[in-house]
Amino acid sequence: MEAVFAILVGLFFAASIYLMLSRHIIRILLGVVLFGNAVNLLIFTNGRIMREVPPIIAEGLDVPAGAVANPLPQALILTAIVISFSFFAFLLVLAYRAYQEIGTDDTDGMRVAEPADDGLPPMGY
Amino acid sequence: MLPFVGALFAPLLTRVMKHNAGWVLAAVPLLVFVHFAGMLGIVGSGATVSAGFDWAPSLGLRFSWYLDGLSLTFALLISGIGILIVIYSGGYLKGHPHQGRFFSFILLFMGAMLGLVVSDSFLMLFVYWELTSITSFLLIGFDHGREASRRAALQALLVTGLGGLSLLGGLLVISQATGVNELSSLLAAGDALRNSPLYLVALILVLGGAFTKSAQFPFHFWLPNAMEAPTPVSAYLHSATMVKAGVYLVMRLNPAMGDTAAWETILPMFGGVTLAVGTLLAVRQTDLKLMLAYTTVASLGLLVMLTGFGSDKAIEAAALYLIAHSMFKGALFMVAGLIDHETGTRDITGLRGLRKAMPVTFVAAMLAALSMGGLPLFFGFLAKEEIYAALGAPEGWQAALLVVAICGNALMFAIGFAVALRPFVGAAAKAPKAAHEGPMSLWLGPVVLGASGLAAALVSPIIHRFFSSPTASAVAGSPVDVTISTIPHLGVPLLLSGLTVALGVAAYLGLDRLRGAMVGVLKTIGWGPDQGFDQALRGLLRLATGLTRVIHNGRLDIYMTVTFIAVAAALLLPMMLFDELPSIPSIPEFRFYEWGVLAIAVIGVAAVVHARSRLTAIVSLGIQGFAVALLYMLFGAPDLSFTQFMVETLSVVILALVMTRLRLAPTDHRPFGQKLVDMAIAGACGAGFALLLLKVTQLPFDDRLSQFFNTYSKTIAHGRNVVNVIIVDFRGLDTLGEIAVVMVTGLAILALVRIRSKKVEVRATVAEEA
Amino acid sequence: MQTLIFRTATPFLTCLMLMFSVFVLLRGHNEPGGGFTGGLIAASAFAIHGIAFGVPAVRRALYFHPMAIAGFGLFASAVAGLPSLLFGMPFLTGLWSAPSLFGMSVDLSTVMVFDIGVYLVVVGSFTSIALALEDREHD
Repeated sequence: MEAVFAILVGLFFAASIYLMLSRHIIRILLGVVLFGNAVNLLIFTNGRIMREVPPIIAEGLDVPAGAVANPLPQALILTAIVISFSFFAFLLVLAYRAYQEIGTDDTDGMRVAEPADDGLPPMGY
Repeated sequence: MLPFVGALFAPLLTRVMKHNAGWVLAAVPLLVFVHFAGMLGIVGSGATVSAGFDWAPSLGLRFSWYLDGLSLTFALLISGIGILIVIYSGGYLKGHPHQGRFFSFILLFMGAMLGLVVSDSFLMLFVYWELTSITSFLLIGFDHGREASRRAALQALLVTGLGGLSLLGGLLVISQATGVNELSSLLAAGDALRNSPLYLVALILVLGGAFTKSAQFPFHFWLPNAMEAPTPVSAYLHSATMVKAGVYLVMRLNPAMGDTAAWETILPMFGGVTLAVGTLLAVRQTDLKLMLAYTTVASLGLLVMLTGFGSDKAIEAAALYLIAHSMFKGALFMVAGLIDHETGTRDITGLRGLRKAMPVTFVAAMLAALSMGGLPLFFGFLAKEEIYAALGAPEGWQAALLVVAICGNALMFAIGFAVALRPFVGAAAKAPKAAHEGPMSLWLGPVVLGASGLAAALVSPIIHRFFSSPTASAVAGSPVDVTISTIPHLGVPLLLSGLTVALGVAAYLGLDRLRGAMVGVLKTIGWGPDQGFDQALRGLLRLATGLTRVIHNGRLDIYMTVTFIAVAAALLLPMMLFDELPSIPSIPEFRFYEWGVLAIAVIGVAAVVHARSRLTAIVSLGIQGFAVALLYMLFGAPDLSFTQFMVETLSVVILALVMTRLRLAPTDHRPFGQKLVDMAIAGACGAGFALLLLKVTQLPFDDRLSQFFNTYSKTIAHGRNVVNVIIVDFRGLDTLGEIAVVMVTGLAILALVRIRSKKVEVRATVAEEA
Repeated sequence: MQTLIFRTATPFLTCLMLMFSVFVLLRGHNEPGGGFTGGLIAASAFAIHGIAFGVPAVRRALYFHPMAIAGFGLFASAVAGLPSLLFGMPFLTGLWSAPSLFGMSVDLSTVMVFDIGVYLVVVGSFTSIALALEDREHD
């Protein structure tokens, strides 16, 4: 079962990296979202997959009856989802603002911080 | 340690007491001086003092001190001249806004220098060595408002700093070759070092440190430039003490490394060349301080030459000259500063007839110059006699050294008098400031030092007993007794001395003509190491800029490409190299709806990649997100599923909100070739992750942690939803951090949205730049 | 977004979602749910309300600035970790008590306070993000 997930994770990674290698900020954003999902699925699969048995202890018991899904990766992913969403929102707004200020969505055109040619540093002492 | 404490309090004291603080602070070197003077008796009898404590025993590192004749002489010179210098600076920098800082630096330097000459362990030696370089940098750059000052300071730091690195290398090689980490034990292990195959490497590296510090040709150029420093600094660091650190090192290592062909060739050669170059360049100068600076270079050359000569006589001569030089050169520098301070100029061509205005200074200057010229009754005379005694019977190429020594000494004689006599005699010339005698704090130093040059010679047996002999013994590595006295005795040395004086007088009279000739010669050469330094530094800057531009080119796609190639390599290469590829899995049993959800996820991802319009992109992004949520639902993670659903919904909403106004189609504008390359990289990364995951899941699973949570979730944390219990209870602190992050992102987004008002200005600046 | 159906349905929807979010939050300890999920649901509710009636209406309804809510949540979560210190246990150790209220046993705990804090942070932050973005349409 994990094998199929592994391939799916590989696909997610490939697609997200392909998008991120673009110079267009929208595509990079989409890539980041996919990347988050890919990483979450990677962690999920790493914790081994079990069908349909959530890690919830039935009423009246002290420990789960029988085998349940691994709760640890789930806890990790849950917070990861929320955080990656907030970062996605931040990136989105950042990209939007950058587009408004600089007027381009091409990362090569965004050269406020690293100008294409800022000359030699001062040669004096 | 005392000077460091003094340095701490110096600024405060200066604020309270103004320039008079110098008198109080002089107590610091005075105490040190008394402390070391108390050891004269022990060390004078040939014994050594050492102490220390372990610092990192496992590495064999110790803080340790070692005191023999050489160290003690240096320590007394440093603290003794230090007393006078501190007093002198009090007067010289009177009213300077940063005088406290200056005192602090000077005392820091004193501490470092003392540490250097008494350290035993290599580690301490190196640390103090670099500390003197750094304090020297601070002092040269003291007047940091001027570019020349900054340049000189940087130059000194770079040259001596590089030398320090070379020294470190040398010390490491020595320690490697002999297994010794302390100077005292190295002195005993000299034979092992000399016979080691690493000897030559160690020698060259150590000499690299010593020669840069002691301004030997071709590294001499930083020393004259260092004259940008206030005069007390020039007098103290750049004539009497710091530049002698290199000489100290050479002398210190003489018993361990000397007495070999390489040693006795390299040292006299460099020393001799430095002596010749230093004196010739000194002739060319008209600035008092620069003239003295070049003669200092020459004297250092002479000392190195003598040390490398190898005979006991030469070593005696070096010891005597070392002491004599510290006295007369320190005094002359202070005189130069005094003249500068009182008249406003240091140009020798504009200074005449100060005898009447500054009688005390004149006396001090004459005392120093007589010693420098090596006339009888002065300590310099003893040194010179001894030098000629050592060089007097040359064999083969050593004759050249004798000639160099005679000419060098003669020129130094001329320059000494040019500095000490010329400004004072003749008719008074018009100086920028009305000249008059300086305050006591200013003339005390030169007078004491000048007089001590005379006194030391008069009581030479005592001096020999306590200073010269122990020093020479330490340098030679075996007991040496210095006996020379100030009563002239006939012989070859005296004859040579007479010749030197005669030549010196001639040079003094013809100084102006000589200078003209030198200026002409230098103009034809046109290039020197000083310009070379500038060129090297510019080249370095250009190289750095070029390199930055290649690596840090500001193109995100290139950064990304490089990063992901590295990721792919890191994922795939180890697996291939160590043959850890996972085994081929069998096709697992899946229910049809599970296959369906997987297919939806794949389709969603593919659609995102291929989307041509905004809407398609958003929708397909939503599709893959929901598919992932379904997968979580199907495989036992309802919490994740809910969260993922909500997040995807919100993502789609805000993405739509922003995208509708971005008016950008997410189409791909990359050329086809680029696409192929990117696809290959992405594919490699994807394959890498997939293989890694396969491999990991094929290994046995350690579920202790999960079992722990399952077992204790209800019993300890009273919760039946294990996931939630982990989040809010077991790992509560992590969650606290995470919600803090969420909050900060929220704030950041708000801030981003709010800074609209500046938009126009930013646009304007961007337009200007473009 | 001025369609009649949407505008009519939205108040009920918002209401329901908010109630559901609190439900999800409170049951989170024993059943699927919890602060993160609940918070996201509530945030979506406010976002929908904002789309239907405009941002000012939501801001009026919320009364506090969303970021203030988030700040309070963070504060509550942090404070929830303090009581355990009084009992000599590490920061954030859960403490439980079950007082009887109107004949029913109610489980009260510092962990619950913590989870409510998480809920408030998520609601506050995401609502403020959504509102900030929606707000842009009007300027």
